[in-house]
Amino acid sequence: MNIDWAAFTPWSALIGGGLIGLAAAAMILFNGRITGISGITGGLLVPQRGDTAWRAAFVLGLILAPVAWLLTGPLPELRIDADYPLLVIAGLLVGVSTRYGAGCTSGHGVCGLSRLSPRSIVATLLFMGSGFATVFIVRHLLGA
Amino acid sequence: MSRTSSLPVVVSAFLIGLLFGIGLLVAGMANPAKVLAFLDLAGAWDPSLALVMGGAIAVGLVAFRVAGQRKLSLLGEPMRLPARRDIDKRLVLGGLGFGIGWGLAGFCPGPALVALGAGQAKALVFVIAMLAGMAVFELLERRPGKRPAAS
Repeated sequence: MNIDWAAFTPWSALIGGGLIGLAAAAMILFNGRITGISGITGGLLVPQRGDTAWRAAFVLGLILAPVAWLLTGPLPELRIDADYPLLVIAGLLVGVSTRYGAGCTSGHGVCGLSRLSPRSIVATLLFMGSGFATVFIVRHLLGA
Repeated sequence: MSRTSSLPVVVSAFLIGLLFGIGLLVAGMANPAKVLAFLDLAGAWDPSLALVMGGAIAVGLVAFRVAGQRKLSLLGEPMRLPARRDIDKRLVLGGLGFGIGWGLAGFCPGPALVALGAGQAKALVFVIAMLAGMAVFELLERRPGKRPAAS
């Protein structure tokens, strides 16, 4: 294994992770909800009375985070190398699969692991594993 | 479940979304190139995202322990903690499929929404495809004879 020390950002990773954890903590302690972004977003597609406003407010907060950030300074680098067809395929897969598997990086990865949920531990190992395998195949076997 | 969410619940959800998004930006997770550098174990590996998860879980462990001892949230909402413990085919296939999509573009749902807010056209395309994928799931769930979706 060849660690890219120049790209390694331990402090911002830990602090950013801590903020993500605080957000998940506030969601369960104040609102009694799991912060599962795929589930919260997916729920907007089948609106149920009284269950839509908080979902929309959360998603709006996420989308406006970069706008709030801009009040303090320039945004950090966001580099998207994938081309449009690949983004469509990836988006479709992420959309179907996160709903099918009842969670993504936030619901299973952050909240589920924090709850020591066996389902989330399995789901996280699987999506990390298939993420590692996918990048290996794309970059090192197909040489893209 | 059918009662309307109170204003404090909606406002807190908005602020939590904002905080979550800022956390993703600070952590570098809203940058697909950095996410893919983490997933590329055989290349020049950037281990940062392991620390993002570590930092989030360190806070989460405490919060969910406290939450588990409460019947109601601080705003008086019921505690909706998942109770399922079974590992079913859906969980396994969903996890595997999500990882493939994540590895192809470097986007998972939260960072994609944040990058959309940052004005990235490519993030908009990803988010539309993701919503279409979620809609496909809902349609498949509504076929006659299908059991209703959990959660």
